[in-house]
Amino acid sequence: MSSFKFDGREIPFVDGQTILQAVQAAGQDIPHLCYHPEFKPHGSCKLCSVRIGERMIASCTTPAAAGMNVESDTPDINDQRRTLLQMLFVEGNHFCPSCEKSGACRLQASAYELQMMSPHYDHFFPDRPVDASHEDFLLDTNRCILCSLCVRASRDVDGKNVFAFSGRGIHTHLIVNARSGRLGDTDFAAADKAAQVCPVGCILRKRVGFAVPIGQRPFDPPPQGE
Amino acid sequence: MADNEGKSMNPVTACVAVPGVGAVVREVVARHGGDAHELVQILREVQDRCDWISPEAIDCLAAELRVPRTKIEAVAGFYSFFYLVPRGAYRVLFSDNITDRLAGSAGLKSRMCRNLWVEPGKVSEDGVVSVDLTSCTGMCDQGPAMLVNNRAITRLDDARVDAICDLIRNRVPLDDWPAEYFRVENNICRADMLLGAPVPSGSAIKAMETRGAPGLLEELRASNLRGRGGAGFDVVTKWSLCRAAPGAEHYVVCNADEGEPGTFKDRVLLTACPDLVFEGMTLCARAIGARRGFVYLRGEYCYLLDYLEGVLARRRAQGLLGKSILGVAGFDFDIVFHLGAGAYVCGEESAQIESLEGKRGTPRNRPPFPVTSGYLDQPTVVNNVETFAAATLIALNGGAWFAAVGTPQSTGTKLLSVSGDCERPGIYEYPFGVSVAQVLADCGAGDAQAAQVGGPSGTCIDASEFGRRIAFEDIPTAGAFMVFGAQRDMFDVARNFTRFFAHESCGFCTPCRVGTSLLNDLMDKLARGHGSPYDFAEIEKLNLRLRALSHCGLGHSACNPVLETIAKFRSTYERRLVHTQYVPAFDLDRALAAARQMTGREDAGAHIGEAT
Repeated sequence: MSSFKFDGREIPFVDGQTILQAVQAAGQDIPHLCYHPEFKPHGSCKLCSVRIGERMIASCTTPAAAGMNVESDTPDINDQRRTLLQMLFVEGNHFCPSCEKSGACRLQASAYELQMMSPHYDHFFPDRPVDASHEDFLLDTNRCILCSLCVRASRDVDGKNVFAFSGRGIHTHLIVNARSGRLGDTDFAAADKAAQVCPVGCILRKRVGFAVPIGQRPFDPPPQGE
Repeated sequence: MADNEGKSMNPVTACVAVPGVGAVVREVVARHGGDAHELVQILREVQDRCDWISPEAIDCLAAELRVPRTKIEAVAGFYSFFYLVPRGAYRVLFSDNITDRLAGSAGLKSRMCRNLWVEPGKVSEDGVVSVDLTSCTGMCDQGPAMLVNNRAITRLDDARVDAICDLIRNRVPLDDWPAEYFRVENNICRADMLLGAPVPSGSAIKAMETRGAPGLLEELRASNLRGRGGAGFDVVTKWSLCRAAPGAEHYVVCNADEGEPGTFKDRVLLTACPDLVFEGMTLCARAIGARRGFVYLRGEYCYLLDYLEGVLARRRAQGLLGKSILGVAGFDFDIVFHLGAGAYVCGEESAQIESLEGKRGTPRNRPPFPVTSGYLDQPTVVNNVETFAAATLIALNGGAWFAAVGTPQSTGTKLLSVSGDCERPGIYEYPFGVSVAQVLADCGAGDAQAAQVGGPSGTCIDASEFGRRIAFEDIPTAGAFMVFGAQRDMFDVARNFTRFFAHESCGFCTPCRVGTSLLNDLMDKLARGHGSPYDFAEIEKLNLRLRALSHCGLGHSACNPVLETIAKFRSTYERRLVHTQYVPAFDLDRALAAARQMTGREDAGAHIGEAT
């Protein structure tokens, strides 16, 4: 089996695996947001960027190759990732203390993991209305990070195309498959794959917000002092 | 929008007798064979007829093309020239390149808005007209310029703007406007091998048929021809890789998107010698085994379409396109036009292919590269207009003849689009290796302090560097050459370019989507006098991030204009750094502007603090 170097460790891989896939298969990880093992890699959030030689590349879309020397967990690369997180935070409206996804949110968890201490940049404060029209789901695009996981899940798994991106540049935004623009007028359903993949608090199931208490959520830190 | 189903008609078109939206959509879709790959073309034609892409039109398109409405809305929302909300029967867009600004476009736009009682960016109360900005329309040598319903208008001045306001007020159809408004000059100021010597149609194809396709590739190799779109990739390598790549079909794409602000040489090349370009595409088709070619023509040049279709029709009649070209069995090739719709990023080859396939113009993850997996995932050559024209000359005159011109690494000639502060703006064709000083002297730029070569993503050359040369090994360029006289503030230049990148970022990757807007905000902050030396460090950091992490070249080069002007014209920035300590961008008094406007107040009590 071929292998490459990842932060000094040898990582085996099979042909067709990307760097991130091989790293995860070996029990390691690279910070990421738009990557999900069940979908075709997309490479848009760039959080999983790693350095090979002089170049930074997205590890989720770059095929692993024998002998490559990949750097990931270095102060400089993590600093770059922090900037990306800060950009995502100021681009939307992310108020963790009032968000019911707190503790189960990948954006928040990544910010803790990478020790992002402030948003640094001026907030854009975009005006994005909340869509509560669906019986079982709340769509709060204030928290959307444009990872496209719901788009891919709905298109590739559910065969429904409930979600897509419209607009361009900083005005890129999530749309739903209804003339009204309301999620409640689409065929989106709780059983959809797209209902399970949102890494942040944008697509939220109603009436279960605090069923798992704060402190017991996947990314909550273990209690201190034990 | 849900509760006005069926009555969401544009107030203007609604009162004119036009077929219903459904009928228009069905007709347009039928003309494109119901093929969703044609979506960008279909949207353009629907909008031409209906003035905008209404929710009703989207529903009809979704039904006719059998795609989800999200797909239609996603694509329509990506391109600047498609409107998902009504923008009036007259959609005026002022070209916002720095050259238009130098020529007074901002004042003309204000004048028009005042005349027509319309706020910039909004639709007039009667729904007739909107006035907004658009990225460079490629008329820099005859600006200020505008587009009205995508038709190019040049040489704007007060009188012309006033006359246009009258025409709009009187609802005169665009076809009845004075023809001279739409006149576009070639302004060829210096001609060399491409623009200087007419080539009889078909002669290069005949020459190739004598040598055979491998012979053509040999001549290309000898010529050392490199792509003219900016990157300078070796042409024979690209064509050979595509020729060797397996695929049911191969495709030729001529990149005539020419979106780099300050560039207009492809417009002139297509106007003055379209046969050179089409012949080059035909040669490429023969070399790689393609039967179909596209010209991706930027939407700003849609006025050229009828003329160019006429050229194609003549070439078909001459046996130079279509079945059995020159009577050679199996030599089948034809060309279709695909119009862009206002997206600079579609000049990037993989984004262009996405657009050709009727999608959002998002650059693809590479590899695979287009030569093996391009249009419809088939092997595809994408080359610039000028590259195909040069290939025609090489097929005719041989590679050695071509390589004798220019420099060893940069053979042949280069068309430069010269504009800005000079006496003779226009097209200059030089052998590669010409110095910046020579170009400045020829175009009559006596007191130039800088030249922006290669557009916003290119290089800013100051007076100490005027001895440098236009060549891949020194200053590579796709052809933009904007001159800035001593009286100009280079900060304004950089700010204009920064706004351009923020507007044109495709939005796919985080660093470019957010970073270009952050940079734009930083420049606005400096312009308002809130800058401090800390902001320099911020700009430097943003540059490092965008350069390292962006998905494509747009993000990689987005900070160049600011960094280069900081390095070369530091005083223009220092004048704006009035504070020695960090100052936040937020300005309480400015934040109250909306409230002042709503209440009609401008008195001292409506202001806070010492407003600067």
